[in-house]
Amino acid sequence: MERGREAPMIDWINVILQGVLVGGLYAMFAAGLSLIFGVMRLVNIAHGDLIVLAAYVALVTTETLGVGPLISLAFVVPLMAVIGYALQRLVLNRTLGDDLLPPLLVTFGLSVIIQNGLLAVFTADSRKLQAGDIEVATIRVFEGVYVGLLPLLQFAVAVAVIAALQFVFYRTALGRAFRATADSQSVAQLMGLDNRHVFALAMALSLAVVAIAGVFLAVRANFDPAIGPARLIFGFEAVIIGGLGSLWGTFAGGLVLGVAQAIGAHINPGWQLLAGHMAFLVILAVRPEGLFPRVRP
Amino acid sequence: MSEPPLLAVRHLDAFYGDFQALFDLSVDVQAGEAVAVVGANGAGKSTLLSSIAGLIRTRRDAVTFDGAAIGGTPAHAIAARGIALVPEGRALFPSLTVEENLLIGGQLKHPGYWNLRRVYELFPTLAERAHVPSTALSGGQQQMAAIGRGLMSNPKLLLCDEISLGLAPIVVRDIYARLPTILAQGTSLMLVEQDVVQALKATQRVYCLQEGRVALAGAAKDLTREAIAAAYFGV
Repeated sequence: MERGREAPMIDWINVILQGVLVGGLYAMFAAGLSLIFGVMRLVNIAHGDLIVLAAYVALVTTETLGVGPLISLAFVVPLMAVIGYALQRLVLNRTLGDDLLPPLLVTFGLSVIIQNGLLAVFTADSRKLQAGDIEVATIRVFEGVYVGLLPLLQFAVAVAVIAALQFVFYRTALGRAFRATADSQSVAQLMGLDNRHVFALAMALSLAVVAIAGVFLAVRANFDPAIGPARLIFGFEAVIIGGLGSLWGTFAGGLVLGVAQAIGAHINPGWQLLAGHMAFLVILAVRPEGLFPRVRP
Repeated sequence: MSEPPLLAVRHLDAFYGDFQALFDLSVDVQAGEAVAVVGANGAGKSTLLSSIAGLIRTRRDAVTFDGAAIGGTPAHAIAARGIALVPEGRALFPSLTVEENLLIGGQLKHPGYWNLRRVYELFPTLAERAHVPSTALSGGQQQMAAIGRGLMSNPKLLLCDEISLGLAPIVVRDIYARLPTILAQGTSLMLVEQDVVQALKATQRVYCLQEGRVALAGAAKDLTREAIAAAYFGV
């Protein structure tokens, strides 16, 4: 086994690579959050808990239907989308207005309800979805550098999801409706757009992404009802690092966060989360608008 | 006029909170007509258009369109019924390109003469700037884009709020020169204007508002400058 100068270099390559791959997952946590804030200026405090909810829905789906996590997506994604539409239409639309506080309060309350509901139904036991052999499969990139197949797959899906959201936003009538309604609710109504419906569709799309993120979370790591708020923080940090208003910026933010955490963990395992928060604070101090903000003309 | 009007506003009161902006206002537009509403700042012209378009809530029977009472209907439903508002100050969507602004105007997909190609024929300068952000246009071009966006829904009635505002006279004349084409294709017009001269040339009938009330009404050709000035300023 070769020791000496090369080994630490290989180590660092592995570290960065792991960081990039987990960054893809963080980008998925963040994408739904970014979308909602962009369209209706709503900060969804329950976002992380909804990811955990999706993980539990996937758990129930795989156990009752006897299917694997990937197949469960076909059930979890539409269900979460419907929940998102109903949530926005029945509850959150009523909170929207000039004041930023009501949506924060209501989604905070929602976060508490979801956490305690999950706790009541599933207990605090740590759970995990089994995906089989893919969980331990690795690909050898080159000598000494290996990537897990599952993280690579999740990264690829994260790229595809962001690309799909970009496509929806900039190449479809629905995306035009989102952008126009975000610009001006009243003028959007003059075009025949029902804001209540447009916002509900945006939340449905956000929760569809949340569903994918939740299933990936469930396969990758242990989850329990209380881990939602930490996912929310990661999502927030990714959005802020990347810059508001840009989906690819959010993606970059996720990567930065993942790499920062990986570097921190490599130096000292106890520093993993701290390193991520430090990177966030540095960006906030040095470039508060984020790395790739969308400049509003 | 034996036919019922396309748009009938009857005894309209409009409020911004406790402030009353319109008092017992009645105007109408016949199908195929161009009607002007003139008046000084604060006379209530924009409030009238906002009330018709549904941005301000009104009594149910205060506004009748195409035989149906539409007062109190939400704005998006009124747009679906065939009324398009070109808002004061253009109000294009800054996040959208020129073409995207036009396309979203056609969101409702109502059949009719107007489509993207025909709007570009009416306003060739827009075709040249189709993929430019709407904020990069000059004032006159933005006004054309806003009118084009309104036309894309093939409305029966186009409400234009001060389309001459902030534009050079030659640009205003250029835009007004297109209005006969719009009328000819079956869209009736209600033009709110501070530019009385231009409004009189472009329309058949005129209402003059003063402090939320109709101070003068009549055929454009019958009204004298003096009468209008008196009604405009409340002298």
